[in-house]
Amino acid sequence: MKTEATPIPSRRFWALLAGGALIVLAGLVAARFMEEHGHVVTGMNNQIVWGTPHVFAIFLIVAASGVLNVASVGSVFGETAYKPQAPLSGLLCLALLAGGLTVLMLDLGRPERVIVAATHYNFTSVFAWNMFLYSGMAAIVAVYLWTLMERRMGRWSRAAGIAAFSWRIILTSGTGSIFAFLVARQAYGTAVLVPLFLAMSFAWGLAAFLVAQRVLYRWSGLELPAEIRARMHNLLGLFVVAMLFFVLIYHLTNAYFAKQLPFERFILRDGGVYPHLFWWGYVVAGSLVPLVLIWRPGAARAGGTLAAPLLVIVGAFALLYVFIIGGQAFPLDLFPGYATTSRFGDGQVRAYAPSLPEIALGLGGVGIAFLITLVGVRALDFLPQASPAAPRGAAGGAD
Amino acid sequence: MSVDLDRRKFLWDSAALAGIALAPGITLYDLAQGRAPEIPAPKGVRWGLLVDMNRCEPGCDACVTACDSENGLPGGKRPTDAQWIRKIELKDVRGRVRSLPMMCQHCAHPPCVDVCPTGASFKRADGIVLVDRHTCIGCRYCMMACPYGARSFVHEPVTDQKPEVPRGKGCVESCTLCVHRIDRDRIPACVEACATAGHKALLFGDLSDPQSEISQRIAAVATTQVRADLRLDPGVRYAGL
Repeated sequence: MKTEATPIPSRRFWALLAGGALIVLAGLVAARFMEEHGHVVTGMNNQIVWGTPHVFAIFLIVAASGVLNVASVGSVFGETAYKPQAPLSGLLCLALLAGGLTVLMLDLGRPERVIVAATHYNFTSVFAWNMFLYSGMAAIVAVYLWTLMERRMGRWSRAAGIAAFSWRIILTSGTGSIFAFLVARQAYGTAVLVPLFLAMSFAWGLAAFLVAQRVLYRWSGLELPAEIRARMHNLLGLFVVAMLFFVLIYHLTNAYFAKQLPFERFILRDGGVYPHLFWWGYVVAGSLVPLVLIWRPGAARAGGTLAAPLLVIVGAFALLYVFIIGGQAFPLDLFPGYATTSRFGDGQVRAYAPSLPEIALGLGGVGIAFLITLVGVRALDFLPQASPAAPRGAAGGAD
Repeated sequence: MSVDLDRRKFLWDSAALAGIALAPGITLYDLAQGRAPEIPAPKGVRWGLLVDMNRCEPGCDACVTACDSENGLPGGKRPTDAQWIRKIELKDVRGRVRSLPMMCQHCAHPPCVDVCPTGASFKRADGIVLVDRHTCIGCRYCMMACPYGARSFVHEPVTDQKPEVPRGKGCVESCTLCVHRIDRDRIPACVEACATAGHKALLFGDLSDPQSEISQRIAAVATTQVRADLRLDPGVRYAGL
């Protein structure tokens, strides 16, 4: 079994780089198109103010913090089997964070004013806190990677790992708080969103890691021992169950409050595309099927499949679409006991259809994460390498 | 000694001359703008509105039209068009239809101000909630936070703007309570239009002055705050709801 990476072959690397660059270019063209014509060219409007770009951005940011868990398991909790994968975990964290923040930034109404966001802070805003949390995360993970990859800094890797792990917990709490602190809408404004987002980040981050690892290892001629793969898939199963638990708690508490019942009926039963996405997209395809794939008899011996983490990611997009867009589609309840109508859509379910520029922008963020990862893996030693004692040329002979 | 006297005289003469030169300008500025930009909004004043739903006519949209005209809004009906004030029709269980205008409620504890990352959403000393269009980055978090759906995002390039009401693509905006008129001791356009239409359903005034007409009306009749459960202390009150 081969445990040391050989560089991705040149032709494949340049082809992948070109493919990734095209996706990023499409995203940048979409952002430029939105900037020139305004958000009128998107599916977003004055009622659904956050749309598909936010689904992509929040997935990438939440997964960015979760993907670092693999490194944390090695550095913080002392599981040595995970340590060789720690650099890739850190790189993916930076890559996903960069992709998510780029989407978020380019979706702003005034993206050229991002410098204003960096120089004017309102500290009662969760968004303002998040700007520190995101930049701090990038800085801490960069230092953590330094301690992992520079042998002279190795003695600091545990301390850096603990700092990164603590920071990522705070960061995801901050992301969940963006919604948890919103009193206006019935879908949000509950503290359970914070642990729910933490569970999401654990599951989606690990799913993203498993997909990236499987693909990058294959391209680099590496193979992870089936036992370690099985352990990681088992962990993914536990995280998926934890997320299901918090989603259940979220809906049960809502359903218990009479004033929230209409919203629950909408999102889980009557709301058209949203219940379909929730039940079929998130619960069945994104949770139950992966759990069966992970824990079916014989799965551990096979070392897990790529399908399970891929389906968890599909479920992530379905859940975020329901949570972010479905949460806004349900009308504001301004006058309980009255049927309301207005030309602004009061009392009506708000319509939203994702537009091509929004999807292109979101995929552009994924493309950025892909490019950073690809270049990082090719140019720097982010995949497990031969020990200094072993000759470099011997890497291929470890099979 | 005589040199010192000359210098003193020269300084006095210069000051007088400068005063004569600046005074008409300042006076004209006062006439044009009311309050100079560097002078802060008055403290101890809280501007607000009282909506009398018994006078608000279903189907009448004089306030909406006046707002669009005063602020240079397109007045379109698409979900992407800016709307600073809208008419909501309420139907109760008996089928009785009522009507009311809904706009920024100029809360004492505005969630939009709390969540704005750059501080672009702010509350003036006189209680008017505004957006600083120089620091709004267009993140729309305030729109997510507003319980009244009172804010609009400028989805398209803006043409034919009113000089007193600058707007811009990519920024969030909402009812300013016609701050440019208030600063010149005039009432908001919607209030004026409602009175012109003969309904007088809107009353504008200082909520913190117990002698003002609005305070006395609020003291005399039962009024309602929309989403009072949120304890935002809105500056817009509704009578007859």
